[in-house]
Amino acid sequence: MLDQATEPAVLLIAPTGGGKTLAGFLPTLVDLIDGQHQGLHTLYVSPLKALAADIKRNLRTPVDEMNLPIRIEDRTGDTSYTQKRRQRADPPHILLTTPESLALLISYEDAPRIFSGLQRVIIDEIHALAESKRGDQLMLALSRLQSLAPNMRRVGLSATVEDPTAIAQQLAHHPDPCQIITADPGPDPDITMLETDEKPPWSGGGAAYAIPAVLEQVKQHKTTLIFHNTRAQAEIFFHNLWLANTDDLPIGIHHGSLSREQREKVEGAMVAGDLRAIVCTGSLDLGIDWGDVDLVIQIGAPKNVKRLVQRIGRANHRYNAPSKALLVPANRFEVVECVAALQAAKEHDLDGDPKGPGPRDVLCQHILITACAGPFDADKLYSEVTSVGAYSTLTRPALDDCLEFCATGGYALRSYDKWKRLKQTDGHWHLRDPRAARNIRMNIGTIQDTDTVKVRYKGSFKPLGEVEEGFAATLSPGDTFLIGGQIVRYENLREMTVEVTRNASKKPKIATFMGTKFATSTQLQARILTMFQQERWPALPAHTAEWLHMQRDVSKLPEADRILVESFKHSRRPHTVFYGFAGRNAMQTLGLLITQRMEEEKLNPLGFVATDYATMVWSLDPVTDPGALFVADDLRAGFESWLQGNTVMKRTFRASATIAGLIERNLPQSRKSGRQATFSSDILYDTLAKYDPDHLLLQITREEALRGLVDFGRIEEMLFRTNGRVDHVTRDRVTPLAAPLLLEAGRVPIGGAGREKLLEEETARLMEISGLNKIDLKPSKPQWRVGW
Amino acid sequence: MNNGYALELSSVELIALPSGALWLPKTHALCVSDLHLGKSDRIARRRGVMLPPYETRATLEKLDGLIEVLSPRMIICLGDSFDDLSAAESLDTSETEQLMRQQAGRDWIWIEGNHDPGPVDLGGRHLKEYHVGPLVFRHIADPKARGEISGHYHPKCNVARGGTRPAFLIDKHRVIMPAFGTFTGGLYGSHPTLRNLMQADATAVLTGTRALPVPFAATA
Repeated sequence: MLDQATEPAVLLIAPTGGGKTLAGFLPTLVDLIDGQHQGLHTLYVSPLKALAADIKRNLRTPVDEMNLPIRIEDRTGDTSYTQKRRQRADPPHILLTTPESLALLISYEDAPRIFSGLQRVIIDEIHALAESKRGDQLMLALSRLQSLAPNMRRVGLSATVEDPTAIAQQLAHHPDPCQIITADPGPDPDITMLETDEKPPWSGGGAAYAIPAVLEQVKQHKTTLIFHNTRAQAEIFFHNLWLANTDDLPIGIHHGSLSREQREKVEGAMVAGDLRAIVCTGSLDLGIDWGDVDLVIQIGAPKNVKRLVQRIGRANHRYNAPSKALLVPANRFEVVECVAALQAAKEHDLDGDPKGPGPRDVLCQHILITACAGPFDADKLYSEVTSVGAYSTLTRPALDDCLEFCATGGYALRSYDKWKRLKQTDGHWHLRDPRAARNIRMNIGTIQDTDTVKVRYKGSFKPLGEVEEGFAATLSPGDTFLIGGQIVRYENLREMTVEVTRNASKKPKIATFMGTKFATSTQLQARILTMFQQERWPALPAHTAEWLHMQRDVSKLPEADRILVESFKHSRRPHTVFYGFAGRNAMQTLGLLITQRMEEEKLNPLGFVATDYATMVWSLDPVTDPGALFVADDLRAGFESWLQGNTVMKRTFRASATIAGLIERNLPQSRKSGRQATFSSDILYDTLAKYDPDHLLLQITREEALRGLVDFGRIEEMLFRTNGRVDHVTRDRVTPLAAPLLLEAGRVPIGGAGREKLLEEETARLMEISGLNKIDLKPSKPQWRVGW
Repeated sequence: MNNGYALELSSVELIALPSGALWLPKTHALCVSDLHLGKSDRIARRRGVMLPPYETRATLEKLDGLIEVLSPRMIICLGDSFDDLSAAESLDTSETEQLMRQQAGRDWIWIEGNHDPGPVDLGGRHLKEYHVGPLVFRHIADPKARGEISGHYHPKCNVARGGTRPAFLIDKHRVIMPAFGTFTGGLYGSHPTLRNLMQADATAVLTGTRALPVPFAATA
């Protein structure tokens, strides 16, 4: 690292445990040792504030031991107001922060003074940031810093990735080169599938069958992390684990929907070595220094080989010993997925999708942040922005559109003359009302929070955690759900807080958290499809091979160049499954397209659910001719009109509009006071789509949705590889391969004619029960009619 | 009209329309509540956030549709017609012209609301409350009133996961109307204020493609 200290940009790729973070700081410590440097010298940015706090601890120890004159502080959302003010007036030598806190810092008018002496910036876990808009925001912030501190050098620290050059290009000041240093990756991790006496079930995501075997592993290891793909699954698993934990082993739970207090408690206990196991989701992935974790268990199929390998790499900090991990498939389908992932990991076949150009919603936010700091020149901004790798191809008109949007809203048919957000005076752009800076600062960031409501015990002020507002709305008093490993009973919703009481007697209804649901990678799915075509499956456990044989007998196994469609009745309703193997997002889009086609065919679709490999639709009337629904040209033709009205677009719009500063985040206090005043972003979307269909934000939404949640690219790929070859199998009950879909969470209701019929039936039924429909509406006395 | 829900309040026949408006068939009066015209302008002025400035147009177009079908003799706007008094001045020419066309040849009453407490220079009569026969039209419900039609709360209800919809709340003493304006949110029917205002046997009428009555007690 010291040899490269003068390079403008360096990317260091090393497995965790290799001491790469401290290596990144080495040149800084050397620079600061003489106590000559005044003010901020090095900025360290990590994706998680907990990591910043950890680094502070780890860095302080050597600095304090050697009695070096170096001030190290962190600055995150948790830092106190006074401390933050003081840091601005008198910055430390080393400041540890997150992309969002950095964005906030550059929005202050005194940013030029704070950063003028900056020499180095270190970006930790850059591979994690590079995948999301947080990385884009960070790189835009760096372009600003580079102008304030022309000597600033950049260091990126990354885990093993499939394409280091792509990350290097994002890191460096465009078009400067970036040195890539790759450390010895160390021994391969020891990954196997957990063997259990009990066979995994056909369907379900709980992996309850594996509880005894998992508990046995926990006993045999010092500290075990038990990862889940979704928060809801983590809750259920934790609940079941706790019921079986007759030895009272100390086991905790950690996920993003728990209150901060609860999470910190678990993190603290983990660092102190007080816990034998932690049931968690990706929120712990980068959360803290894992310390003495000697076993990682992954419950459910790993959707992505790269993420699995990186996660496992974090366990076991002894550099030369292999990290140990166990995969626990939750059902037989996941057994196949796990075996495919194991093969890929063994062959170092890491997966990843190329990243598109820098998103414009993030750019809009960056423009507003820049305006908060003071008047700016558009030409200078353009040269800064295009120095960011991801934005290097941005055209000047594209920047001007974003600027126009920030300034006036950019509406075609009606303009805000009086109330512009940004105005231009003497060639410089600035806020019309400087007080608006406060609002802009409060909305900094690109992480999307879904609308959640706090959960707490009745009569208590301590929050238990959060659930989605949509979920809260479906609860009736008496319903039970799991949160923080406890079953609670819903009492009421008060001031945007769900009040609950303790209740251990009932089976819980499960909270539908928006877990982290990644789409299974294309590479992994191709492996699975190949595996299906084997004559026999010696690599698979007997129970799963048997299950596949059964599927082959009853129906067929999906093939890469054909689409298998299965129809059957379940719970008295016709169900149809389309095996497209295009990944969760694309399969979700396919669900929306197919249900739209079904609506046209008057089949009254009621809803669908999508997984990475299939979409299941249920309807009032059965599908008899799937080929007719699956005509590629019809799907494509329907796509354009469909795209506008669908819920995925609205969700995408909401995210982009929030980032771009059109919608303010629902801050707790504003929601509490002004509920009648806030309205759904769907209304904004509909209004724009009707009156201003070419608006910048609709362009951005479309772009985002096509490669993100809509993922039409993978549908095209599927249509291409199957080319109209549809096999329709009709059975009287669910097939082995379709079984996992029945228990899949994330069902999407379709608000069409079928749903309307059901709602009418339900409201009529409720009126009947209540006796309200018996009230005579006929006038009992003469109608009054005067004075009109 | 076929999709409306007929009810009686103090022996006056009323029809709750799926669009969220209330129709008085005997007198040919149309009542709409909480239009919040000029809301985007107010938000731009107050918060510096520039929402799509098309909500006034959208709301007036929706009202146009009703006027065309029903040809009302009178239109009562039940308060919060404007998001504030300056918002009333922010309407552009085409929007005020549209409003004038809607007012032509009929009686037009602006009931004052908490957002628009003073008179506006846009035609029509401006009243604090409108008492007529056994009925009273006012913006905010008075718990002691009888035969009262009010707005203000923007009630919305959720039935058996059918999604949340703006709703009329109806019992023998009162009707609380949903908001008619495009940029309006709502207050869940489960809110204690609304529960306390309404009788236990109240009916909620969900808006949408058809007005759907459902026992208020069974909604969330």
